[in-house]
Amino acid sequence: MSAEAQTCPALDAKELDRLRGLCRQARIDLLRSIANAGAGHTGGAMSLVEIVTALYFRVMRVDPARPDWPERDRFILSKGHSSPGLYAALAARGYFPKERLSEFDVAGGMLQGHPDMLKTPGIDMSTGSLGQGLSVGIGMALAGRLKGLNVRVFVLAGDGEMQEGQVWEAAMYAGFHKVSRLVLIVDCNSIQLTGRTDETLSLAPLAGKLEAFGWRCVECDGHDLADLVPALERAVAVEDGPVCVIARTEKGHGVSFIANRVEWHAKAPTPEQLAQAIAELEGAK
Amino acid sequence: MAETGLTYTVYDADHMTQAEIYGAVLTRLGGERPDIVALTADLAKSTKIGKFGEKYPERFFNVGIAEQNLFGVGAGLALAGFTPFISTFAVFTSLRAAEQVRTDICYQKLNCKIIATHSGVSFGQAGTTHHCTEDISVMRSFAGMTVIVPADGIETAKAVAACCDWEGPVYIRIGRGFEPRCYENDQYDFQIGKSIQMADGSDLTVIACGPSVQHAVEAAKVLKAEAGLSVRVLNMHTIKPIDKDAIISAVHDTRRIITAEDHSTIGGLGTSVAEVIAETGKSCLLRKLGIPDQFAIVGYPDDLYNHYKIDADGIIEAANAIMGTELEADEDWEDEF
Repeated sequence: MSAEAQTCPALDAKELDRLRGLCRQARIDLLRSIANAGAGHTGGAMSLVEIVTALYFRVMRVDPARPDWPERDRFILSKGHSSPGLYAALAARGYFPKERLSEFDVAGGMLQGHPDMLKTPGIDMSTGSLGQGLSVGIGMALAGRLKGLNVRVFVLAGDGEMQEGQVWEAAMYAGFHKVSRLVLIVDCNSIQLTGRTDETLSLAPLAGKLEAFGWRCVECDGHDLADLVPALERAVAVEDGPVCVIARTEKGHGVSFIANRVEWHAKAPTPEQLAQAIAELEGAK
Repeated sequence: MAETGLTYTVYDADHMTQAEIYGAVLTRLGGERPDIVALTADLAKSTKIGKFGEKYPERFFNVGIAEQNLFGVGAGLALAGFTPFISTFAVFTSLRAAEQVRTDICYQKLNCKIIATHSGVSFGQAGTTHHCTEDISVMRSFAGMTVIVPADGIETAKAVAACCDWEGPVYIRIGRGFEPRCYENDQYDFQIGKSIQMADGSDLTVIACGPSVQHAVEAAKVLKAEAGLSVRVLNMHTIKPIDKDAIISAVHDTRRIITAEDHSTIGGLGTSVAEVIAETGKSCLLRKLGIPDQFAIVGYPDDLYNHYKIDADGIIEAANAIMGTELEADEDWEDEF
């Protein structure tokens, strides 16, 4: 498949339905992989499902047959602990067979709890230590400019992650130097490990902070593909500086007993809970 | 090979600091290698990486005073196929940005070349915040990191050129100012991982790196003249991968070893040598000279080298002490080397 061929059918009802179906399946797949491992960051993996689905199935120019294609768009999961959501999307997109999702967090498997670019096809940068992805994304964007390639770079951070100081070193650089073709997406699921982000160390006003650093910000509903996809497409079209897409999301989105609960930050479902979650997700068709 | 035209002479080494030679070599390499980019965090002048920036501004990035971002941006450029040279002070490289160097660069086996200046106590007057007596220890513990400590300006030129063709992350530590010149000329073979025997000897071996190499050479001459001692001097310019064969030969041939480095005695050259000696299973006397388990005092570098006994005086004193220590005869000495 050529990279151009994947670009963008109209975002009509049919296309939205296709994307929603992919998201539903991704949630089932990621929950299975976490349950299989008995470990994993369930809540944050479920909040980013629409974001990675929109990117890999619609927005990004990639070729799963050539994961190291130099002109591909880049994606950095700066909130690396949410990897099960990304792995589900990569498997669905064809980077590796879906059966290999069972290797998540298993000794000797290729799918680490935090992504390893040397082990997993489709991972552009190993991540896990929060706050580091945006800097690397800036380097990739600068490299694209130096090489004259139209490489676009997407960095997905968590809202809690925005408390890390390095994020703001990077934001200051990208804003001041107007690094373009660089999109920071913040998965604003409002919950971090110990509690609600607003009660731990509030980021408000996040858009105001980034704008003060020279960024443009777009806010959207991170689960409503009809809102999210256009926001991402608009962001990446901006040619004269970095853009942040602030995606309002819900931790554990899609399953009633997981959604918006602090305790599901890093808890794996039991077999019974998995069955119940899958039934809910399949019932939502 | 990137070494074309990179001959640095005794004149250069006498008139330029290690950092100035680094800046000049990097600028020259930049003409041959369009893949080289250079990054710093506001220390373009101090580290001399700015020389490259004057010639190739489009390939030069000063990220401001933000070392965490510095190494992350460098990693991103390396991931896209560039060969980043990244320079700031040793203390900010190995401590403030240690995790970015480890996780963003070493973990990915990225082709970043980190040239850190103002290492050890070479920035002696600036005080403890600007000393760096821990960087060898930190850097050599990162999987896949190569660690080089050039002895002088000529060796700095050779190391910088050699690291271009050495796959993976490299940390080169240099000082702040003029280091004593070790080599009469540049006609010697520099290979990463292969120590250089500056003098042969059979009574004891001094293994040194950085500015201590020249002091060890001086000490060997004095010990020969005044005490009739035959002292081998090894310039262990590569701390990792370390030249095990040379250390094992020194154990076998001399059984007495002194290490000297402008670094803590914990985790640096001395520790690296001790690890090799221990694995031989042979009894060998070892004295590690360096900064002891304390933050260094403030002063001129030469005074500090004297204070911490890593100059010729200190090495002579240690040599006399180690020669005065009896070793038990070992009937099996020739076995299993």
